[in-house]
Amino acid sequence: MAFQVDKRGFYGPYGGAYIPEMLHQNIDYLQRNYLEIINSEDFIKEMDALLKDYIGRPTPLYFAKRLSQKYGYKIYLKREDLCHTGAHKVNNTIGQILLAKRLGKTRIIAETGAGQHGVATATVCALMDMKCIVYMGEVDIERQAPNVKRMRMLGAEVRPATSGSKTLKDATNEAMRDWISHPDDTHYIIGSVVGPHPFPDMVARFQSIISKEIRWQLQEKEGRENPDYVIACVGGGSNAAGAFYHFLDEKDVHLVAVEAAGHGVNSGMSAATTILGKPGVLHGSKTLFMQTLDGQVVEPHSISAGLDYPGIGPIHAWLFESGRAQFMSATDQEALDSVMELSRLEGIIPALESAHALAKLKELNAPSDSIVIVNLSGRGDKDLDTYIREFKNL
Amino acid sequence: MNRIQKLFLDKKENVLSIFITAGFPYLDSLPQILIALEAAGVDMVEIGIPFSDPTADGPAIQHSNNVAIKNGMTIPYLFSQLKDIRKKVSIPLVLMGYLNPPMQYGFDRFIDDAVACGIDGIILPDLPMEEYLDSYQEKFKSKNLSNIFLITPQTSEQRIQWIDKESEGFIYVVSTNTITGGKVDFEDNQKDYFSKVRNLQLKNPALVGFGIRDKSTFNIAAKYLQGAIIGTAFIKHIEAHSNRIEEAVKEFIETFN
Repeated sequence: MAFQVDKRGFYGPYGGAYIPEMLHQNIDYLQRNYLEIINSEDFIKEMDALLKDYIGRPTPLYFAKRLSQKYGYKIYLKREDLCHTGAHKVNNTIGQILLAKRLGKTRIIAETGAGQHGVATATVCALMDMKCIVYMGEVDIERQAPNVKRMRMLGAEVRPATSGSKTLKDATNEAMRDWISHPDDTHYIIGSVVGPHPFPDMVARFQSIISKEIRWQLQEKEGRENPDYVIACVGGGSNAAGAFYHFLDEKDVHLVAVEAAGHGVNSGMSAATTILGKPGVLHGSKTLFMQTLDGQVVEPHSISAGLDYPGIGPIHAWLFESGRAQFMSATDQEALDSVMELSRLEGIIPALESAHALAKLKELNAPSDSIVIVNLSGRGDKDLDTYIREFKNL
Repeated sequence: MNRIQKLFLDKKENVLSIFITAGFPYLDSLPQILIALEAAGVDMVEIGIPFSDPTADGPAIQHSNNVAIKNGMTIPYLFSQLKDIRKKVSIPLVLMGYLNPPMQYGFDRFIDDAVACGIDGIILPDLPMEEYLDSYQEKFKSKNLSNIFLITPQTSEQRIQWIDKESEGFIYVVSTNTITGGKVDFEDNQKDYFSKVRNLQLKNPALVGFGIRDKSTFNIAAKYLQGAIIGTAFIKHIEAHSNRIEEAVKEFIETFN
């Protein structure tokens, strides 16, 4: 079975480019040229140099000794939280800004939920001297205030999305409207493996550095390239796509994607797409998302702004449907418990998003001494306000 | 021949088409608005199917979508509302919306039920041309239903020709790079674009949409092409006078005479 995108931009039945004519020229040009551009020698050279010297790659693959003792597995953390800007998001924005430069674009737009993708976009725009506008839901602007200030310090304009639930999906709508209105000078840096083809594949390729490094790092540490398990959280799914990418065709590697259950899958306050969603068309691709019987998008809920999205990328819809990946979900409370657990056991304060992946270690039911990789996609600095509010005894 | 094709056979210029979101401002406003539009002399109506995430629409139409969904408008309800519409309204009626709600309803069933209500055309801006040709064109043709495509200032001449070849109704000419309700100046580059489209001598008539808001903008579009479509300005007017819809429709359309 094939897990990579096909020539028409589909993963099984999911993906494609369901866009209005206003976006056709930009998308069509990208579809025809993205592989040639990102595989060119000068692109790879420039990208590799920036990943090494600017982002700080390779990120460590860290053996978490006390966590391993607790769960009885050999647990390694892939430390994407140590990337410049504090999360994996910058792997993609570096790639896309280099692409935008080669497309001759001068203005960058992006959507953001937790603000990590917005910060990562504002960062590379400062680096490359590009005008940057970040759309962010009004609700998220409030709950991720420090990231808003960071984006402004980096020279970006943060525009509030005031429609719908005022979160990530609405920020995405506003960014698409902006792109429709500015097709000539603007590139839209989508932050996850969502949107019309070629975005899901392009973002997955830029994030695939995560699993590429895991393979040689594990070879060094354990004498084998393949772990038994890889666990990652899924909102749109970019860190999971990157952590799974080079293992997709390695059948002995068990892939685990963890969605946000919010207050609980059946609470009406959840973002567990594979349980609550149905196939449909949203934000330019056919994928699974939460919707009413009439096809209206249902507002998601998660304590973590980065997972507060009603859908998942088409690659994940296919990994779920084909059974290649196991999908689990973690509640807000489970994530918070894991934040504290990792802080106390390993001296690492994780982002709320990444804590959802950690939260499923207890339900893995793997043979003891299995090698388990948890993709620690981001650090918890941005969530301090939430932690101060939730952990009352601090 | 369906009513759209008949319209353009009889009328080659100044075709006025109005867009209204179904279920706005009230759940049951639509039949009354359609009747009033026909009485006021409008040539065609596009009925918007509300969607929660209308990515090509500006604030006014977004708002009308939200109101309509809150009012309880759904595709089954819309079809029940339109079941007997052909006893009262004879101008061409087109359904316009985003792909997801019809997909959830079942696309084949959507086409069948639309045709049963007397719908003449469908506009689904996010349905890819290739998917239409592969999966739906045969069905549209067998039902004598027009599928209407958009073109924009960025659409290449070659692609416009292709769209024209596969269309049977009219071409929806998006006036500029904008979302609905955007400010369009209708300066020289719009006029150049409209005359470029006119000079292609397409087999289909062409109507301009996006940014048409009053008689002067309508006249600019109609000078070059067969007419224009008005959405946002009409929706704002109806919302401002929602306590007297029939009169408000009449007043609005009179300003175009």
